[in-house]
Amino acid sequence: MNRMRIPLSWLRDYIDISLPPAQLIERLTLAGLEVASTRVLGLPVPEGVRVKAEERGPVWDRDKIFVAQVLGTEKHPNADKLKLPTVTWGPGTEKQLVTGAPNINVGDKGQKVVLALSGSVLFDGHSEERKLAELKPTKIRGLPSDAMVCSLLELGISDSKEDHTGIIILEDDAPVGTPLADFMGDIVIEVDVLPNMARCLSMIGVAREVAAITGQQLRLPLASRERHLPDNPDPIAGQVSVQIEDSKLSARYAAALIKNITVGPAPGWMQRRLLYAGMRPINNIVDITNFVMLEWGQPLHAFDYDVLVQRAGGKAPTIIVRPAREGEVLVTLDKQERKLSAEHLVIADTKGPIALAGVMGGLETEVTEKTKNILLESASFDFVSIRKTFRHFDLPSEASARFSRGIHPETVKPAAERASDLMRQYAGGSVCQGLVDCYPVPRPAQVVDLDLGQMDRLLGFKIDPVEAIRILRALEYEVELVANASGSSTYKVTVPTHRLDVQEGPADLVEDIVRIYGYDRVPTTLLAEPLPKQQANEPIQFEERVRDVLVDCGLQEVICYALTVPAKETPLVGNRDYVTLKNPVSSERVVMRQSVLASVLEIAESNLHNADDVRLFEIGIAYFSHGSPHAPREDSVTRAVAPTLPCEQRRLAMVMIANRGQEFWNDAGAKDKQPLDFFELKGVIEALADDLHLKNTKYQPANLAHLHPGKSATLIVGDRPVGDFGVLHPKVAQAYGLGERTVLVAELDVDALQAVTPIRFSYTPVARFPAALRDIAVVVDEAIPADQIEAEIRKAGGDLLSGVRLFDLYRGNQIPPGTKSLAYALSYQAPDRTLADKEIDKAHKKIEDRLKNVLKATIRGKE
Amino acid sequence: MSDLAALEQRASAELAACADEAALRAWNTRYFGNNGEMLAALKAIGGIPKEERKTYGQEANRIKEALTNAYEQKLAEVKERALSASLTSNPLDVTLPGRPVPRGRLHVATQVMRQITAVFADMGFQVYRSREVESDEMNFELLNMPPHHPARDMWDTFHTTIPGVILRTHTSPGQIHVMREQCPNPIRVILPGMCYRYEAITTRSEIQFQQVEGLVIGERVTMADLKGTITAFARRLFGQERHIRFRSSYFPFTEPSIEVDIDWPKDDPNADRLTKGTGWLEIMGAGMVHPVVLRNGGYDPAKFTGFAFGMGPQRITMLKHAIDDIRQFWGNDLRFLRQF
Repeated sequence: MNRMRIPLSWLRDYIDISLPPAQLIERLTLAGLEVASTRVLGLPVPEGVRVKAEERGPVWDRDKIFVAQVLGTEKHPNADKLKLPTVTWGPGTEKQLVTGAPNINVGDKGQKVVLALSGSVLFDGHSEERKLAELKPTKIRGLPSDAMVCSLLELGISDSKEDHTGIIILEDDAPVGTPLADFMGDIVIEVDVLPNMARCLSMIGVAREVAAITGQQLRLPLASRERHLPDNPDPIAGQVSVQIEDSKLSARYAAALIKNITVGPAPGWMQRRLLYAGMRPINNIVDITNFVMLEWGQPLHAFDYDVLVQRAGGKAPTIIVRPAREGEVLVTLDKQERKLSAEHLVIADTKGPIALAGVMGGLETEVTEKTKNILLESASFDFVSIRKTFRHFDLPSEASARFSRGIHPETVKPAAERASDLMRQYAGGSVCQGLVDCYPVPRPAQVVDLDLGQMDRLLGFKIDPVEAIRILRALEYEVELVANASGSSTYKVTVPTHRLDVQEGPADLVEDIVRIYGYDRVPTTLLAEPLPKQQANEPIQFEERVRDVLVDCGLQEVICYALTVPAKETPLVGNRDYVTLKNPVSSERVVMRQSVLASVLEIAESNLHNADDVRLFEIGIAYFSHGSPHAPREDSVTRAVAPTLPCEQRRLAMVMIANRGQEFWNDAGAKDKQPLDFFELKGVIEALADDLHLKNTKYQPANLAHLHPGKSATLIVGDRPVGDFGVLHPKVAQAYGLGERTVLVAELDVDALQAVTPIRFSYTPVARFPAALRDIAVVVDEAIPADQIEAEIRKAGGDLLSGVRLFDLYRGNQIPPGTKSLAYALSYQAPDRTLADKEIDKAHKKIEDRLKNVLKATIRGKE
Repeated sequence: MSDLAALEQRASAELAACADEAALRAWNTRYFGNNGEMLAALKAIGGIPKEERKTYGQEANRIKEALTNAYEQKLAEVKERALSASLTSNPLDVTLPGRPVPRGRLHVATQVMRQITAVFADMGFQVYRSREVESDEMNFELLNMPPHHPARDMWDTFHTTIPGVILRTHTSPGQIHVMREQCPNPIRVILPGMCYRYEAITTRSEIQFQQVEGLVIGERVTMADLKGTITAFARRLFGQERHIRFRSSYFPFTEPSIEVDIDWPKDDPNADRLTKGTGWLEIMGAGMVHPVVLRNGGYDPAKFTGFAFGMGPQRITMLKHAIDDIRQFWGNDLRFLRQF
């Protein structure tokens, strides 16, 4: 993206504009040149035009601010630095005022200046912020002053304090007495130029767009045939030669020779245009090259011809466009020594490089105040080469911005001729006849076959061919009808020689037609295309299901950065190979994460600074280098192993740090301040397993370095481990800045979880007959896990046993040491009848017997 | 007779004087208890001369019934009064805060993504997802951006240390993936997902953000359809009255390329600031699929056409809720997340 500032007064050189500014801005914006901002210099803001608050400036009052002339300047009697110019702003007007401007001196007379009479509202040049102030009569060091001569800053033309060191000195032919608003008031629009509109990084480019939009005729400056300069019999031929080593790197290089120039200031109008367009005036030669660059979009470079001759040993210099030789060195204009390589395109002579092509000139051949003769370069370079070079040296500039987006070689010649002519007019130069124009392989005219029927098919409505052709011609395409078969017209369209963006052909022309025709005229229809075969995205649906369960369990979803640093993961995963950025923006975001849990722990920690109840989860991706031993077998998303790309795996991570129960004003004090423990987290895991209808879930003690060795488990479904959860190892909790807190964590493999989730399940009929409850308390050896006891109960209970609920776990001196007592509430139920006591007794007895036999259990109360 | 009349008079007067349930119960015992006066009066019938017995009995029964009814009525009244007094005696301060319910929530980004997905699902769009660490070829080259193409400047890219492997800068590589999978079938999908850009992290720019891209390919998919589809979407998400505007733009993978603006609701107090006074606000980029991209996906541009669009859900969320700091999304501060 690049921006171009366009003073409308300048644009009017090439096109008549009858649209009000607000409409022009809208039409340009809709046609693809988005007007990002507008500045109004000295004029009232036109209706409908929006000016950003920070860019609003003073309105130059037509009755108070004038072009004026200094009649004479006296010394201030009471101050050394102050001067007393007397000015006139028309017949019969005269006023003496006080100024401290360093560019007005005692004795000066004749200068054209900007005079503001009292009552004018201008920026206060002495204020730090941009502040409008009314000029009031005052006394300066004892002398009355009720007017002033103005600086660029005071008038709102420049924001730079530098531009307040002196007042504006206008050109000698500035018309005294003219209101300043009429003389130099302007509207400057700033457009965003997208890559395909790079041709609009020029006034003429923008004028062409306006011409197409409004139907007005474009006026190009000085058609080249008017520019033969018969007064100078001195032909360029023999005074310089040009060689292009590789026409792929430089399609065209034209040199012009302008002799006997005088370096000095450019004319006021030109300086003003450059200033309004955002460039600082330097001297006539530099300003002319910049002016032509802004006008045509073609950057130019001026060499001191005499230095070139000197380097060539007094002979006619040869300009060579070539890649730099490895190890060559060039000192550029900014006095930096640049080490060159074959990547960089240079302009050289027989002695060596004299400029970095399209990027920056060399110091030695630079134009100075003493320069008499100029070799002017207008050339076309490969944009890729220019991009590489200016990026390598970090030298972005107005020129490299244009070259690196591509400029048509046909622009080379008119720009060279225009600049030569301006140097003749404004630098007193005499232009040698002709150009040395090296254009080894002229770019062929581009011809596109356009079928308007295809266009209508793409757009979904019909644009009148007459209108379509008018638009193309307004954009300077040449259009010729070649066929009119079966109602569909085909045209042979020749692309104008300033366009490089027409690559595909018809599609580019369709875009040009419809954007000028107006997208507002495109109708609104619904898709008539039949619906493609519908197919659910199961991985996404599954994730959303899991999200909903976890939200129901009271967890807050988070989405974390995928970029992290290895140090933030090592407490969890140890040292690993990572997918690593070559160009990180921050030292905190360097590698793609392999642990989603680490991200969530980081977020938990940061939230604990202002919350004491943190229950979080994330379903996100972990990224593994290709071939890493930790990488899963296949990619989550593509379900394939990409040959070189990292493996992406979906993970679910949970972190819970909180106390049981919620704080409430009606609860008596320190009621239950216990932190959430392993079983709260297991409750969430079980809820998830339950809602997903997982079958054959098992929990085994986990043996993982980052988890508490006695308070962690692995969830196994069938025989597939799905993930681990439990209390975070205290040392790891410390490493994450979580101190002494009980930190519950889980990390599950979402793909594994999805794989073990049944696609369908059958419902269990709701019982119609009442259940009978019987309790049983079982004393068993401490080593026997609960799930084994329950399994035995279920085996023995058979179909009649409908529910097993553990309601108490006891260890203590009422039972033998090394044992524990588990009390269960068992429900007995049949689908077709109310159970008789005898049936229940029998079933219950069977359970007791099995527990005694298989687990060597004692049934409490029946010892 | 006069004894009965006197009894009725006394009992009625005493009943009327009873103020609460206890007094009533005592009254009841006094007259209707085992030794109660009313029972005594009824039993006294035996001592009444035979000729007067019938009249006495009738009168005694009438009085008994009348007193019983009066008692029941009075008891109900007193109970009602007592209940109503007890209900109003200790009113709660209903302005005290309620007991907090432990709640979980979806991240606001997920909520918005679900909304967007649902709207497009109604129009027959399916969801397609592709990888985040991508090849340069998928992210750029096959989308009509050869190496060093100036358009690449529009995406500041994170490169990995593996040559040719980058973090995707947009979900558009998914276009190539889905086309190559589906060719030559018609396509109507949205492609949501996380994207990455080499940018400074500030209130306005992030290194990571979500995108939702849409892709439709078929034998008669038109730009007018694109306008219709986006209009339908904008109305579902931003309100029935919304209008959209197409503005010419540039993306290497579409041609023509456009930006889509919607007329932001004027009743939003932020409307003027958001739209910079124009009334229009950019919500997505779009266009007709570039012929080069169609070909790279396996479709013949002479036969197939398509449109694509892409939007940033974070941007849309920020607009809707006047969020002024994009870092809130992945900062995951609970004080932010709990507002949605």
